Amino acid sequence: MAFLQVDHLKVNYGLIQAIKDVSFSVEQGEIVSLIGANGAGKTTIMHALCNLIPKQSGQICFDGQDITSLAAHKLVPMGIAQVPEGRRIFQELTVVENLQLGGYTRRDKKEIAETLDSVYQRFPILKQRAKQVAGTLSGGEQQMLAMSRALMSHPKLLLLDEPSMGLSPLYVSTIFDMIHQVNQEGTTILLVEQNAKKALAISNRAYVLEVGRIVKTGTGKDLLADDSIRQAYLGG
Amino acid sequence: MELITTLINGLSLGGIYAMIALGYTMVYGIAKMLNFAHGDIIMVGGYTILVFLNLTGSPILATCFAIAFCVMLGVLVEKLAYKPLRGSSPLAVLITAIGVSYLLQSLAQILFGSASKMVNVGYLDSLSFGGITVQGYTVFTLACSIVVMICLTLFIKCTRLGKAMLAVSEDRGAAQLMGVNVNRIITITFVIGSALAALAGLCTLMKAPTISSTFGSMPGIKAFTAAVIGGIGSIPGAMLGGILLGVVESICNRVSSIAPYTDAIEFGILIVILLIRPTGFLGKKRREKV
Ligand SMILES: Nc1ncnc2c1ncn2[C@@H]1O[C@H](COP(=O)(O)OP(=O)(O)OP(=O)(O)O)[C@@H](O)[C@H]1O
Ligand SMILES: [Mg+2]
Repeated sequence: MAFLQVDHLKVNYGLIQAIKDVSFSVEQGEIVSLIGANGAGKTTIMHALCNLIPKQSGQICFDGQDITSLAAHKLVPMGIAQVPEGRRIFQELTVVENLQLGGYTRRDKKEIAETLDSVYQRFPILKQRAKQVAGTLSGGEQQMLAMSRALMSHPKLLLLDEPSMGLSPLYVSTIFDMIHQVNQEGTTILLVEQNAKKALAISNRAYVLEVGRIVKTGTGKDLLADDSIRQAYLGG
Repeated sequence: MELITTLINGLSLGGIYAMIALGYTMVYGIAKMLNFAHGDIIMVGGYTILVFLNLTGSPILATCFAIAFCVMLGVLVEKLAYKPLRGSSPLAVLITAIGVSYLLQSLAQILFGSASKMVNVGYLDSLSFGGITVQGYTVFTLACSIVVMICLTLFIKCTRLGKAMLAVSEDRGAAQLMGVNVNRIITITFVIGSALAALAGLCTLMKAPTISSTFGSMPGIKAFTAAVIGGIGSIPGAMLGGILLGVVESICNRVSSIAPYTDAIEFGILIVILLIRPTGFLGKKRREKV
């Protein structure tokens, strides 16, 4: 069984079927992308994976364990962290408090301090802004904070929902570099992106989602070269 | 001199309101519900003091029992009445809270009858300094509320749980993604709120030693007003609103020509502030998220 295995996932919002029987998997060490147009259901899948919203049906296994109906907060100690769509950093708390909350489920003070150091090394700006209220950071800095906050839990699987949304090209590159780097350090990544070109370029595999169904799957390279994908998602 | 005494009395009364308002505001901020039964926890605290005072004769022991009992009751009410409704319409939760309020009042009437009862929690000597005389209970209440406010502020600002509470109140979904057990945080919120309500019950009894089933209603409504004036959901807001309302009430009661209209003036202030600043003094606009 794969590291993350999602089988026959269905999610409804009231009478609307947002996710209609979606199955996919992520192997350990991979970067896997979910791409799709606005409203395809990418965020819904991410929320359902972490049990932030109820599922109609389906089964989710992670690292050999059935996590289908595990409460959201129990997934973090198991090794799943999510950077949700729109970052959702705690605007009224300081940068360092946000990072500390990222490590909320860890108890070893020394290890937490080490992770914090590595975060600061990666993004020195976060150290400079440590005592500043997070809501005052720029959009790009907030995204760095959101990613760093997720890494504070030392995840085995990192779920990223549109990490490059609304960022300038420079920050987009920074974020993609970071994704690549974090993956190289051994973290498995499930990535949702609007920026399909960049996402496919760093992904081992990808799934294409259309109105709640997976319509195509393949390696990042193959999908980048696929004509219909080029037309629909890569701007011709 | 007269003015200073009035001011001290007002601050002390405001301390009671603040302690109650903190319960409203924390539950609102974290569980996103208006707990209209909160005032009745004060009443339960008062009756528990009465019962254990008769049993043990010690006001301190009785107060400890009252705090413990209110905490258990608050947690129980949350588990049985509010938790099953989590995620359903705010109106359903509100009506349930009103139902709980009536239930507690009716139970009190069944157990203790509808007539007021005397509760003699003891007398503290009044203090005089520089020509100013203040009642013992005023000083006690003031000290109590100051200690409570400082401890609560330190707890929120400096502990892991306190920060988790702030996180849940700002964005419940994101807090869950950090591994915060929201149900546990909500339970802790009810523990703190109920303990403060019991303490407020004690302070109210020291001031006016009679109790009936509606003992908590007026302080509850006043404190709720204070929480809204300060900005519901905001902890410093509840403290500010409570103290403000207490001082206004004490000044109004001092001036005989406006004393009969004190309550009207207080609720009038609420309306005016809501017109000028719908979120209250320190409240913030909140976006709801998954
Ligand atoms: N809370 C909700 N209530 C009702 N419908 C919803 C809700 N959230 C999402 N939807 C609907 O479900 C569908 C999938 O939404 P979702 O947010 O998962 O899309 P997405 O692929 O993440 O889109 P985007 O690229 O714009 O972020 C959409 O049609 C959306 O309108
Ligand atoms: Mg989305």
